[in-house]
Amino acid sequence: MAADVAGARRTPWVLLSPSLATISLLLIVPMLFIVVYSFWLRTATGADQVGFYLDNWIEVLGDRFYRDILFQTFLIAFYTTVICALVGYIPAYFVANTRMKSKAFLLLLLMLPFWISYIIRTMSWINILGTSGALNTLLISMGIIDDPIQMLYNQQTVVLGLVHYLLPFMILNVYVSLDGIDKNLTEAAQSLGCTGFQAFREVTLPLSLPGLAAGSLLCFVLAAGTYITPIVLGGPRDAMFANLVFEAIVTQLNWPLGSALSLVLLALLGALVVIYTRYLGIDQIAKSFK
Amino acid sequence: MMSGWSVIRIATILVYLFLFAPVAVVILLAFNANQFGSFPIEGFSFRWFEALWNNDAIVRAFKTSLLLGVLTAAISTTLGTLAALAMVRYDFPGKRTISTLLVAPILIPEVVLAVALLLFLQFLAMPKSFGLLLMGHVVFTLPFVVLVVQARLVSIRRDVEEAAMSLGATPVQTFFEVTLPLMLPAVMAGMLFAFTISFDDITGTLFWKPGGVETVPTQIFAMLRNSISPEINALGAVMVIFTIALPLVAASIARVMAMRKAGASK
Repeated sequence: MAADVAGARRTPWVLLSPSLATISLLLIVPMLFIVVYSFWLRTATGADQVGFYLDNWIEVLGDRFYRDILFQTFLIAFYTTVICALVGYIPAYFVANTRMKSKAFLLLLLMLPFWISYIIRTMSWINILGTSGALNTLLISMGIIDDPIQMLYNQQTVVLGLVHYLLPFMILNVYVSLDGIDKNLTEAAQSLGCTGFQAFREVTLPLSLPGLAAGSLLCFVLAAGTYITPIVLGGPRDAMFANLVFEAIVTQLNWPLGSALSLVLLALLGALVVIYTRYLGIDQIAKSFK
Repeated sequence: MMSGWSVIRIATILVYLFLFAPVAVVILLAFNANQFGSFPIEGFSFRWFEALWNNDAIVRAFKTSLLLGVLTAAISTTLGTLAALAMVRYDFPGKRTISTLLVAPILIPEVVLAVALLLFLQFLAMPKSFGLLLMGHVVFTLPFVVLVVQARLVSIRRDVEEAAMSLGATPVQTFFEVTLPLMLPAVMAGMLFAFTISFDDITGTLFWKPGGVETVPTQIFAMLRNSISPEINALGAVMVIFTIALPLVAASIARVMAMRKAGASK
């Protein structure tokens, strides 16, 4: 019997060990490694000088160039998040409250973008806004303009591409918390004399804040960590922080510098995640998987 | 004046249009006969799909993506299902920490994860390879499998297993005869999720892929950077149809299987 209990105690660890080993070896140890690596030095010959050098950190934290791009990255992520929240709340509210039979279908449609490749959704805007894209063709055929306008390759199109990519995350998270609200609450508020809008502002909106916060966190973190969208839809001056990481690692092969840069990104975005989980818990994000 | 609700309804339609119109345009242009593959639409044609089929680089990228996706799905579903079982069925000290650890790969920005894994393996003198791609994709998809399987596992009742055990089945027998069949929809969902994420991934893949090896997304990316070739839309259309058809086919297979089972038990 005692052996049985000990066996039962061991079972979860046996089941967990392959996953934990994978995550430890392929994630935790590599993360610790780049912390150490960021203090090494890439010499002119291309070899790494092992040691404790602060050069990479001084360059990353001291150089205005990096700070400006970091600021720009956060600004782009912020715009993206705010637009996603404003634009995403409405369809989430509609789907959560509709009595139409098509509710399941609308939900299925919301899941669809997750199945469509990010690179295709991003590049699809070239077909819309490019010089021979849908919008220019339409404007020319209507006689409003004579020559195509270049609408692509600026900061706005980067934000547009990111909103298009991240909006489903926001809608789904807000939907999950709106759908969990007891409809009797808003009815009670209205029977106590609230107008429809007051009931929304005093009851529905506060109760949906956890979903809004979870969606915002996801949007911000995913937007701030991207380098594909600025390359495809941005101009030469619209590089984001992850583009610097990609340049340092893949193009310049300056791995210690790349380590320091990725750690800066991790520290800033990680701080956001930690603050968020402190107040709201990680469970809210897991909810949208149900 | 319009009521508030109709404003909300119209706004919802507009948001859905915003989400899907650009992708619809990709598919539309893929069938366009125009010699530049752009507007105006000049007729219906399969020429760009033919061009895809005859483009060795694209066919090779497609094969690489498929192989990578299938292997990733198989490995991370196996690992993830076991972990999900432990998380749902057992209580043990440190469960919260483990739960955070299991989702850690999605809490860390993918770029950072990509850099860490790449540099660590380079340090161990392992060059960029298909193996590195596979390892990266497994780590990155694992949390999604755990979350998806966990969410569905909660709803499977334990009494059925207990009944099997009380009738003399060993725990291993019970798992294969009772638990696994009940879990199958959840496991399939996790597998499909892992496959799609791997098949669509570009952020990590661009870091990990060896020179000369392309997956479909990196191939599209490379084509975008060189010149806007009309084949891109056709390739995009194939990807969209492929990744959307897959869950739909899987869902209908699951439904047919469930109906058969219900029919058999009557």
